[in-house]
Amino acid sequence: MSGTPLSAAELRERLWQAVIEGGEFEAVDAVRAGLDAGWEEEALLLDVVAAVQERIGAEWAADRITVAQEHAATAINERVITALVHRRPADRPAGPYRGRVTVSCVDGEWHAFPARLVAEVLRLRGWRVDYLGAQTPTPHLVAHQHRTNSDAVLLSGSISTHLPAAHAAITACQAVGVPVVAGGRAFGADGRYARALGADAWAPDARGAAAALEAGLARPAAARNTVDDLPHLADQEYTMVVRSRSRLVKQVLADLESRFPAMGAYSDAQRERTAEDLVHIMDFLATALYLDDAEVFTGFLRWTAEVLTARGVPVHSLVSGLDIIGEQLHDFPRGLRLVREGAAALRDGAAAGAAGTAV
Amino acid sequence: MGVAFRGTQPPASTPAPWSVAFAVTDEGPWQLNRFPGREVVGCARRVPALVIPSPGSPAHARATDLRDGPSWLDAPYPVLVLDADGTLADLNPAARHVLAGHGEEKGARRDGVPAWLADAHRGLTDGAGGPAAAPPAAGEIAGRFFEAHPGPAADGSATWWLVDATGRHEAERSLRGARRQAEIRARVSSTLLSSLNVPRCAEVATQTASEHLADAALLVLPPVGRRYAVTHALRGGRAVHTSRRIDPRDVPGLAEALQGYPPVPARWIDPAALPEWVVPAGFDGAVGSVIVAPLPGHGVPAGALVLLRSGTEDAFTADEEEFARLFAARAGAALSAARLYSEQSAITTTLMRELLPPTLENVHGVDYAGRYRAASDHERIGGDFYDVHAGADSSRETFVVLGDVAGKGLEAAVLTGKIRNTLHALLPLASDHEQVLTLLNGALLSSHHTRFATLVLACVRRADDGRVRLRLTSAGHMPPLIVRADGRVEEAATHGTLVGALPSISVRTAEEWLAPGETCLLYTDGITEARGGPLGDELFGEHRLRQALRECAGMPGEAVVERVQMLAAQWLGTGAHDDMATVAVSAPRTARR
Repeated sequence: MSGTPLSAAELRERLWQAVIEGGEFEAVDAVRAGLDAGWEEEALLLDVVAAVQERIGAEWAADRITVAQEHAATAINERVITALVHRRPADRPAGPYRGRVTVSCVDGEWHAFPARLVAEVLRLRGWRVDYLGAQTPTPHLVAHQHRTNSDAVLLSGSISTHLPAAHAAITACQAVGVPVVAGGRAFGADGRYARALGADAWAPDARGAAAALEAGLARPAAARNTVDDLPHLADQEYTMVVRSRSRLVKQVLADLESRFPAMGAYSDAQRERTAEDLVHIMDFLATALYLDDAEVFTGFLRWTAEVLTARGVPVHSLVSGLDIIGEQLHDFPRGLRLVREGAAALRDGAAAGAAGTAV
Repeated sequence: MGVAFRGTQPPASTPAPWSVAFAVTDEGPWQLNRFPGREVVGCARRVPALVIPSPGSPAHARATDLRDGPSWLDAPYPVLVLDADGTLADLNPAARHVLAGHGEEKGARRDGVPAWLADAHRGLTDGAGGPAAAPPAAGEIAGRFFEAHPGPAADGSATWWLVDATGRHEAERSLRGARRQAEIRARVSSTLLSSLNVPRCAEVATQTASEHLADAALLVLPPVGRRYAVTHALRGGRAVHTSRRIDPRDVPGLAEALQGYPPVPARWIDPAALPEWVVPAGFDGAVGSVIVAPLPGHGVPAGALVLLRSGTEDAFTADEEEFARLFAARAGAALSAARLYSEQSAITTTLMRELLPPTLENVHGVDYAGRYRAASDHERIGGDFYDVHAGADSSRETFVVLGDVAGKGLEAAVLTGKIRNTLHALLPLASDHEQVLTLLNGALLSSHHTRFATLVLACVRRADDGRVRLRLTSAGHMPPLIVRADGRVEEAATHGTLVGALPSISVRTAEEWLAPGETCLLYTDGITEARGGPLGDELFGEHRLRQALRECAGMPGEAVVERVQMLAAQWLGTGAHDDMATVAVSAPRTARR
């Protein structure tokens, strides 16, 4: 251990510089310096590596780094974790495990980093961890439960559009008698969607996940009926919106082009970006319908508005898109209400932003 | 008319038979026949609300005893008259008979009027006549169950008609019991059948058994070698697994139960004969009764269940024994299914291990990264494959192959295994791509498979200056794409015929150099032929792949394959797709120290 203790801020800055320049070895050196200065592995993982990862996402949203830099930085941060984990002393007491758990991302979720952190922290705390990683199909997750008899599944989700898939995974794991701890941004800052989807517990972060496991989780009793969690699904709006997504996107695109002649000059790539944006809007709308929660949709719109503003795209194009989507949804009272509330929130936000600039 | 009711127990809504007689006598049998097919109950309900024609003021009850017609004294139902303060004023012989039995019971009123009836009477006189819909007063008298219907009089007294409802009461109680049991059985069945994991099934079985059948339950599974997996649970506790070397013959009936054949019945054994390990730590008091039940495993031995009850608890009733048998049958079915599943899944895992794509890493100073997504979500393997065979040392070339067998699923995967083995055997010749492909072509043509394959071969070596030299050969496959440091995306100039279809092949090998930070991507057509996109029906296509790769300039190899797979997956959405494989060969940006 060296003389002067390194502060978290110092370590974060050093690691940030290394990952953003693609310097794998410098990045590993940064955390090793932390270890030499007496840092615990868990604290390094959560207070330094995780904090830098969060900054990577924020910098991308603010358009200060490119998508390539974001991916490269994430890949290097992953290697930093591997290096930290591999150096673990061999003389660590090989005592009995606290239990066996599965850590997995929701089906369709590509953000594996938070799940990886949870897996490593739980290993450090003495759990036997099966880490299934990103993009794990729910059938694999369930088959794994039959094979291993986990004490719990820790399910990580970052993007709310994966919540319907998360619901399927939660009920499937519970049906085979394994309790589920949900975590990650997708489940809401206060875990409200984890509760709505019937998860046995919610954890705001890796330490919370460890605490939930250490507190002990009861095995879920007899299988319950999935639709009972969300009785509003009986109106079929979610199903209809998901099923007709492509048709709706095409229709809205055609309407946008007829109303905004400037779109006629769009390149194919630009038109495709617009279509992709519409797909995102429809996906978040569908998720809001699934959960019957306006915040899912409005929160996404607010975030999109920020990302667009950072890239110099005016927010009113988003509002026009919403207006046209609303016209297509006249038969869907819940969907229509969500779209109108979303558009209103954007208008308010834009007005507030304009006022802010004026001052 | 009244005769129709004699000898049966009228339902709750039916007034005492004599009043029916009164009410319908004028109308004769017509009233009943007016609703052919309807039960008497329905008919009786048509009778106006029960107005008991009082045979006179109860105070002068005996004065009405004129015996010139039927009197309530002759009614086949117990009738008693309580005056305003609850004193027994009069009763008929039937009531006297019933109350006589009750009066002998401890704590009963001296006149034999049961407390519940006295309470009901007080309620009637105090409550100023409660709502007519209130359930009739009811309770036990001398072991039978009666409902009491009052006929209040103006002076606060009341004539109480007692209807013996013992039969219905018993039927309802047994119906409730049966419902509860059916509910428990359904819950137990679904809980037992929920998991295909043997230890989990054993946990559920012992916990459930200790909850519903005994104070403690043990499950002994058929032995593995000479060790027996024993799971036990105490009521309200968690199941505990142990592995023991035991002699099952120490417990009478256990050895036979564990054999699974011939079938043996569950049997009671003497608690004194139990070896120590059978009684779980924490079991309260002495063991009172023990039952050893075999678990029917449908062809495979599933194990045996030992149920322990403490001395203070009753032995099993006939119902409980039946439930125990049913429970054993369900638990046996669940355990044997779990056993079969775990055996099958162990076999599959072993066979599949060789077919799974390998984990790639840095070899001799060159970064390799691979990602694979099988066509169907429940499979991990398919018709695409890749391998990296490290050179003997850093001066030798590392051999990389990525390929795609026609078709998907297990059959295609089996053929990928053969191709991978053949190529492994051909490694000494790997530097000559054309020869390797010619030999592979011959091997595929002579096998019974009718499938063909497309491949990319790459020989990779890192030069001293940090650049990486690649020799790439495509056999009917998409040429690899090279991502330059400045974002240009180039196609390797190689082409050739596929293998396994024609008697001879022709290929052209290309040589490429990667500068530090540059990546060569090998991929299968599952990526470019992914169908979906925002409009739902477009191919991802090579153009979009190249566009995506342009944004990947300078990324580490694993980030490149992840990004390509992610974009393809997002393009697909939930749509069906082919197998998708990607391998990145990258010259590291930073020198390894």
